[in-house]
Amino acid sequence: MAETLVLIELDRQQVKRPSLHAIALARELGGEYALLILGSGLDEIAASLVAYGASAVVVADDPALAEPLADRYASVVADVARQRNVKTLLGTSSTFSKDILPRVAALLDAPMVTDVLALEKVDGANAYRRPINAGSMLATVKVDGDLRVLTARATAFEAPTADAAPPCPVESFKLDGAGLPDGMQFISREERISDRPDLTEARVVVSGGRPLKDPETFERLIGGLADALGGAVGATRAAVDAGMAPNDYQVGQTGKVVAPELYIAIGISGAIQHLAGIKDSRIIVAINKDPDAPIFQMATYGLVGDLHQIVPQLIEAIRQG
Amino acid sequence: MKIVVPFKSVPDPYAGAGEAAKSVINPFDEIAIEEALRIRERGEASEIVGVTIGPPAVDEQIRSALAMGVDRALRIDDARALDPYAIARILRALIEKETPQVVLMGKQAIDDDSNQVGQMLAGLLGWPQATFVSKIELIENKTRLQCSRETDGGIEVIAITLPAIVTTDLRLNEPRYVSLPGLMKARKKPIEVFTCEQLGVSVAPLTTTLSTSRPPKRSGGTRVESVEELMVKLKQEAKVL
Ligand SMILES: Cc1cc2nc3c(=O)[nH]c(=O)nc-3n(C[C@H](O)[C@H](O)[C@H](O)COP(=O)(O)OP(=O)(O)OC[C@H]3O[C@@H](n4cnc5c(N)ncnc54)[C@H](O)[C@@H]3O)c2cc1C
Ligand SMILES: Nc1ncnc2c1ncn2[C@@H]1O[C@H](COP(=O)(O)O)[C@@H](O)[C@H]1O
Repeated sequence: MAETLVLIELDRQQVKRPSLHAIALARELGGEYALLILGSGLDEIAASLVAYGASAVVVADDPALAEPLADRYASVVADVARQRNVKTLLGTSSTFSKDILPRVAALLDAPMVTDVLALEKVDGANAYRRPINAGSMLATVKVDGDLRVLTARATAFEAPTADAAPPCPVESFKLDGAGLPDGMQFISREERISDRPDLTEARVVVSGGRPLKDPETFERLIGGLADALGGAVGATRAAVDAGMAPNDYQVGQTGKVVAPELYIAIGISGAIQHLAGIKDSRIIVAINKDPDAPIFQMATYGLVGDLHQIVPQLIEAIRQG
Repeated sequence: MKIVVPFKSVPDPYAGAGEAAKSVINPFDEIAIEEALRIRERGEASEIVGVTIGPPAVDEQIRSALAMGVDRALRIDDARALDPYAIARILRALIEKETPQVVLMGKQAIDDDSNQVGQMLAGLLGWPQATFVSKIELIENKTRLQCSRETDGGIEVIAITLPAIVTTDLRLNEPRYVSLPGLMKARKKPIEVFTCEQLGVSVAPLTTTLSTSRPPKRSGGTRVESVEELMVKLKQEAKVL
């Protein structure tokens, strides 16, 4: 039986919601699919995954897997894939899966396709549509061989609904933690507590660019507007490079891809690398003092003017209701 | 210590729309070259070898790498449309021959946007990897690297044992400009050319691009004149507020 294995990502002992979107692609591929989680102390998390229509939730639970170190994680994922005779190994595009899955592909001697947007049929065989050149082109790619690794763009696939089907079994994958590769060691992770929604899951995203000048102005205007709307905060590369916002706020070709209901771009010119990350937003609002800024060519609504005047007015108007 | 830097020739990301883009070193690979140079300038590396897989046309980007300051430059002559896994397998053969302690390379080629080769190479070699790196320090008597990684959840710090693969992110450094005299001098430096047969690898791509198309164009915009008008549009037309 052709089986698909979907790698589910955890973040601080919680399922990362966007990583569930790959399940939609697994369903489209047809056949059975199992979910795989790696970590330490996973009983509750495993139990929360049994209703997604999978044939099993496979759990690799070991203190040696407490942190997502690529050498160990890849070795375990490859072992699970081999043991289950998996034909397609799937993940959702994220720094987690981009770190681990290409390494797994090499261990399995399999090719990989990154950022799948859609499944296509070409002459009856599966092919995968994906963006190239900062999303300015779409390529349709076919894969040879019996085994392939894919990552799905979360914004291109729906979040799966929990199935009405009876819960699937949880299977524990036996592993020898002490025998795992140990050339990589976790030292620390930046802890940032934020009440704002996750950038990739938010209904509203407010992003700022270069003219926001410093972290204080950025936070007051971009953060302030995001809070008034209950949204998340994003930034351009220019804003991140200048230290106005942390790296994980970067939206675009080499940052995060978002597709909220409402994206508000403030002081952003609209470089192709930035647009690559926002194209699929339902409504885009641009606020820019240059009437010829390229962002206006793709914004649903454009307002020409100085952000320092407009943004406080907008925050006020939203607060008024 | 020896550092190998694989780099790819890609269309200039700063070319204007409609302009025919000239080829440049992939921006992430340029950052990798710059970092290797800085490590050498600190006295922590003795040799930097740049390597690219491609047809003779990419020699121009090899000249740029030499002009930046890499000590040796190799081209593996292959004009085929290779996929990341094929590239990784060719690079493995080269790395086994060159035996560097560190391979520094881009996280992503900005034309295919795959973000695969470094991790695949690490898997093939069984070496530790640090991906999306924004800071590198050699530690413990140059036996390990401490790296800051840009992840979706913020900065993560790891230490990895050498030999290892490191892939660069945008904020690792700002590459130096290549001077004209530097470029002139680089014209005289040799480029070593190998074929896959000479390296003893035979690979065929396992993925094939069947077709490409333009994404549907987003039709832009209504201009609004004021915050009030914008609020009305967002509430009544778009119904997002
Ligand atoms: C390899 C590579 C990868 C990249 N990846 C990304 C990526 O992932 N994400 C990304 O965003 N970029 C990325 N970039 C960078 C991208 O090319 C642009 O340089 C960047 O997006 C520009 O950011 P910006 O719009 O903030 O700045 P600018 O282009 O400088 O634009 C600033 C805008 O603000 C407007 N403005 C100025 N003052 C005011 C004011 N007072 N009120 C209103 N408007 C004002 C100006 O008119 C201008 O349009 C990448 C580039 C490369 C080469
Ligand atoms: N043809 C090539 N020659 C040398 N290095 C390459 C080549 N293609 C990709 N690379 C390296 O692999 C990295 C990642 O590429 P990719 O996985 O295609 O996004 C690039 O940043 C380069 O360092």
